[in-house]
Amino acid sequence: MRRTSAPYVFVAPAVILLAIFLLVPIGYTVWLSLRASRVTGDGLGLRHEVFVAFDNYKSVLTAPDYVHGLLRMLGYGAIVVPVMLGLALSFALLLDVPRVRLTRFSRISIFLPYAVPGVIASLLWGFLYLPGVSPIRDAASALSLPVPDLLSPNTVLFSVANIGIWGGVGFNMIVLYTAVRGIPQELYDAARVDGASEVQIALRVKLPLITPALVMAGVFAIIATLQVYNEPATLAPLSDSISSSWVPLMAIYRDAFVNNDIYSAAAASVVLALGTLVVSAAALRVLQKRAFGLDR
Amino acid sequence: MTTTLVDAPAKTAGKVSRTTTKSRMLPTIILILGAFYCLVPVLWVAVAATKGPTELFTTFSFWPSVHGGFWYNLTHLLDFRDGIFWRWALNSLIYAGLGSVLSVAVSTIAGYALAKYRFPGREVIFLTILAGVLVPQITLAVPQYLLLSKLGLVNSYLSVLLPSIISPYGIYLSRIYAAAVVSDDLLEAGRIDGAGEYRLAWSVGLRPMVPGMVTLLLLQFVAIWNNFLLPYLMIANDRRFPMTVGLYTMLNQGASQPALYSLVVMGVFLSVLPLIALFLFLQRYWRLDLVSGATKG
Repeated sequence: MRRTSAPYVFVAPAVILLAIFLLVPIGYTVWLSLRASRVTGDGLGLRHEVFVAFDNYKSVLTAPDYVHGLLRMLGYGAIVVPVMLGLALSFALLLDVPRVRLTRFSRISIFLPYAVPGVIASLLWGFLYLPGVSPIRDAASALSLPVPDLLSPNTVLFSVANIGIWGGVGFNMIVLYTAVRGIPQELYDAARVDGASEVQIALRVKLPLITPALVMAGVFAIIATLQVYNEPATLAPLSDSISSSWVPLMAIYRDAFVNNDIYSAAAASVVLALGTLVVSAAALRVLQKRAFGLDR
Repeated sequence: MTTTLVDAPAKTAGKVSRTTTKSRMLPTIILILGAFYCLVPVLWVAVAATKGPTELFTTFSFWPSVHGGFWYNLTHLLDFRDGIFWRWALNSLIYAGLGSVLSVAVSTIAGYALAKYRFPGREVIFLTILAGVLVPQITLAVPQYLLLSKLGLVNSYLSVLLPSIISPYGIYLSRIYAAAVVSDDLLEAGRIDGAGEYRLAWSVGLRPMVPGMVTLLLLQFVAIWNNFLLPYLMIANDRRFPMTVGLYTMLNQGASQPALYSLVVMGVFLSVLPLIALFLFLQRYWRLDLVSGATKG
């Protein structure tokens, strides 16, 4: 290949933007996370920014707020990721069963929530949960069932998880359905000649073949879990059960903008970003291994 | 393989099937239940938008009101603070429209270069992009805010637009897509004919990438339209809010002025409509095999 400057010109805009909005913020966050505003002993009681090494990390990792937020986020992920992907996978496989009716209607309807911004979806569901307007509560009382309080401390995690599932199931369904449609038809014909039922074809032929797509969907679902913010933050005005540090990002926001402690916020951001990097890289490895294991 | 939302071409016709009525009823019923779950909240908001501020809390949820609540909500929402709702809608359109176009331009050309050239630094750039895919953008929002505030850029359109342009995932997808669809033979032939690299990129490289670019454009448009934390941090002036932040602040005021709730419901209804229309109109251009990694040269 000829020597040319063209590739550098082509990647220049991306590299400049990456540097400004990815690398520099990461570096700046790490720098801030190692510092703190302290009153120094010069007798004047003035606050100075000083180097404190890993003090912020220690306090963040032991602060009950952050630890509880982290656990809550893991609980949220443990509900959302399997339920959302399970539903998306089931819908994708069912859409591909021959002679199922109304598939176009179902497909578009299930995909529709993707077009609804997370904040708007949370507002929407917030009204569906809110005592006084909730049709779910109306329906329960009309059927003389116990009326659920969907925003109580015991139920709110599920209510928030439901919003995440509702918003994500359609997109993942389409991604998986697209992968299913990419499988050559001859494979099914061979299986049918051998007397396989549609359920067997779905589980033994289609599922292994779309596992790579499922792995990608799983990794992105995990990443999305670790940055959950919009849903609980939007529901917070409607419910006393959602504190200002309900998930780590809410606590980061509170520290940085309400408590004016950007140093702790920076340390928490680094922990969260590193955690995401490790978890998603590990998930990618493990799931991929399993995916290839299934292929053989 | 171009699977889109609309296309459901009849599967291999005339094959022998032992499918009974029962075994196709069950999948149909499950799918319709799924559709019901996804549609009901949207339908509810359409019904709730017909109710005035007093009816919202007193009438049965799934019964639309005919007492002029719809008109009341609509006019009061559009008059709210001198028609600021229109301003928010326009802002959302500016952020998402301009941001997604620029983002696709930057991602496509970078993806093309990373896929089709071997040059020093290429691996480092690609690894940085992969790390960028895995680091949640949202954790960067706070440091981005701190940096832009040092530069005096916060509270401006640019403070939301610029960070929205860079999409590591978009670059990553563009690279995979360019590797799959841009022909090396055509590029070589062009070079032998003496075409310059820039002309080649334009005429041989970018043309086959157009379907992927459209998909990326839609993904990015939705991502920016739906973004909340970034504009929420960056923008303090409510005349520069996008719709998501605007409606959120209205809901917050609603806690002290419950009369605003019915206006927020109307706002939610109005903000959902254009995206749904956009989707129904553009769904044929989706190429989501790109997202699942099915496009491999």
